[in-house]
Amino acid sequence: MKVLVAVKRVVDYNVKVRPKSDGSDVDINNVKMSINPFCEIAVEEAIRLKEAGVAEEIIAVSIGGAQVQEQIRTALALGADRGIHVQTEDSLEPLEIARLLKSILDKEEPTLVITGKQSIDGDNNQTGQMLAALAGIPQGTFASEITIEGDHISVIREVDGGLQTVKLSLPAVVTTDLRLNEPRYASLPNIMKAKKKPLDVFTPEELGVELSNHIDLVEVEPPPDRQAGIKVDDVDALVDKLKNEAKVI
Amino acid sequence: MQKRSHPEIREAVAKLCAEFGGSYWRALDEKRQYPTEFISALSAAGYLSILIPEEYGGSGQPLSAACAVLEEIQYAGCNGSSCHAQMYIMGTLLRHGNEEQKQRYLPKVASGELRLQAFGVTEPSSGTDTTRIRTSAEKHDDHYIVNGSKVWISRTEHSDLMLLLVRTTPREECAKRTDGMSVLLVDLREALADGLTIKPIRTMMNHSSTELFFDDVPVPADNLIGEEGKGFRYILDGMNAERILIAAECVGDARYFIERAAAYASEREVFGGPIGQNQGIQFPIARAYTQMRAADALVSQAIELFDSGEPCGSEANMAKMVASEASWFAGDTCIQTHGGYGFAEEYDIERKFRETRLYQVAPISTNLILSHVATHELGMPKSF
Ligand SMILES: Cc1cc2nc3c(=O)[nH]c(=O)nc-3n(C[C@H](O)[C@H](O)[C@H](O)COP(=O)(O)OP(=O)(O)OC[C@H]3O[C@@H](n4cnc5c(N)ncnc54)[C@H](O)[C@@H]3O)c2cc1C
Repeated sequence: MKVLVAVKRVVDYNVKVRPKSDGSDVDINNVKMSINPFCEIAVEEAIRLKEAGVAEEIIAVSIGGAQVQEQIRTALALGADRGIHVQTEDSLEPLEIARLLKSILDKEEPTLVITGKQSIDGDNNQTGQMLAALAGIPQGTFASEITIEGDHISVIREVDGGLQTVKLSLPAVVTTDLRLNEPRYASLPNIMKAKKKPLDVFTPEELGVELSNHIDLVEVEPPPDRQAGIKVDDVDALVDKLKNEAKVI
Repeated sequence: MQKRSHPEIREAVAKLCAEFGGSYWRALDEKRQYPTEFISALSAAGYLSILIPEEYGGSGQPLSAACAVLEEIQYAGCNGSSCHAQMYIMGTLLRHGNEEQKQRYLPKVASGELRLQAFGVTEPSSGTDTTRIRTSAEKHDDHYIVNGSKVWISRTEHSDLMLLLVRTTPREECAKRTDGMSVLLVDLREALADGLTIKPIRTMMNHSSTELFFDDVPVPADNLIGEEGKGFRYILDGMNAERILIAAECVGDARYFIERAAAYASEREVFGGPIGQNQGIQFPIARAYTQMRAADALVSQAIELFDSGEPCGSEANMAKMVASEASWFAGDTCIQTHGGYGFAEEYDIERKFRETRLYQVAPISTNLILSHVATHELGMPKSF
């Protein structure tokens, strides 16, 4: 079984981001970049499938400028077998990412696609779902546990208020939630091996995808500064303030 | 942000270190315990055998990669002094041991099955003047008998093997004072059962340093490294790697302190604004950063020479000196920036501050480096 995992290069979760001074976007100049944590969980899950003898090959794909190869190499060092880099300098919206991934699906015909449920930069939570729709295959989103059962996959989903189990026919798209697994760190020998693993580069044109844009980013502003709290004398004062000052009740 | 070498190694090491946070180190520090779990994790992931050639089971990487590992360990708030020696002590065996010795030990050192992370040079009565060591090894048929004592020998309680510098010919009988010393590979487990006593020394930081007493300890003659009498040279040529690696650790410490100081200075508000807007707070941090960058540049230069096989004695020494001073200044600045909180154990800064102080004294003290630079680089007369 072939597993395709999508990995995205994002600002490291430890970094406190700031908007650019003109508010046009988040300033990612000179900040630490990493693999999106949900994508890392996707890679880990694919590796576990391979270690369990269920998957034979893991392909890690990333879309973006030349630097995303760093994240592909990270995925290769963790245990993916080969990488695909779709080279584009454009900042892409989820639908365009999904269309590019769909073109890779057509080429590679994986049995299972695992993506993160969202990336921690845009927080869109759309790509996996759109990909499943474009490919006309089932989706199991927010997975906290997956089991391959013959030509089906059972996915336990984290939904509001509990867990939901769905059974999908393969091929299918799964998006990962936080509790699916705890990703490993790469060992030095695997980092060295990863440097020799194949990594193919395609442009969107080579994949036959014409990119378009439906969304304009209008403005980015920082959250308001947190104000210091105050102590109120009694419950009546609290209720009064909630009603008349905060106007929440 | 500065571009760092070996980003993929750094990223993986940072992830490993993230599992060993401040509370892990604080608990060990309090009881002066060895970070066994941390070392096992590093060893299992192959980082401690980074310099061992592939034919002996390591990954045969250049010194630059080993420096990246240690720098990241320190930058993450961990303490690499507990393991750095496992990386480089084997160098003496690799360069001067015979093939049989290398085959016997290196693959097991690479896998972590054997810990070779103790290096016995310093003695109570000789100090920095290594040629005056008194620990002696006398040859009897197929073995040596070792007598004497060593002090400040780190990690002997957490090592299976130790490289030991001994006198095989008394100083007075040698043409040159640097002659007549030899290197023995001592199996500590066997020696402990036959005349070796290890006494821990409690220090201001968690460092597992010990005092050793040899009372007629037999060591097989097969465990002599290289030729008898040439030990001093063998030890000297392992020192460049050690100094450069430790300099890289200091750069990591400095980066740790500077990042913490800058973040705190921007957040902590006193007199209605962040303390970091005051230049009295800001400038020392900027100065610490500048010193760290200077140290880093010297370390890079030393690494480059080392990895291309060029002589780098002065560069390794200068890098270690400048880096150990940069990390100390950065630590001091970090405490000052934090005010009272800099002293709270919970912040880890005081622990790192204690730990990084060592590197101005060991493995070689600042004065001896200055003496080297004065005599070797500037041609001035030697004081000893
Ligand atoms: C925690 C710790 C761990 C250590 N681990 C090891 C280890 O694993 N193996 C090992 O072999 N050693 C180890 N050492 C020993 C270390 O290398 C020595 O402490 C160091 O080299 C200094 O030697 P000394 O302590 O005898 O000081 P001394 O030689 O007594 O020197 C004392 C001071 O005088 C200065 N000085 C000496 N001679 C001169 C001179 N001619 N001109 C100017 N100044 C001079 C020195 O710079 C120093 O500041 C360790 C030390 C410590 C503290």
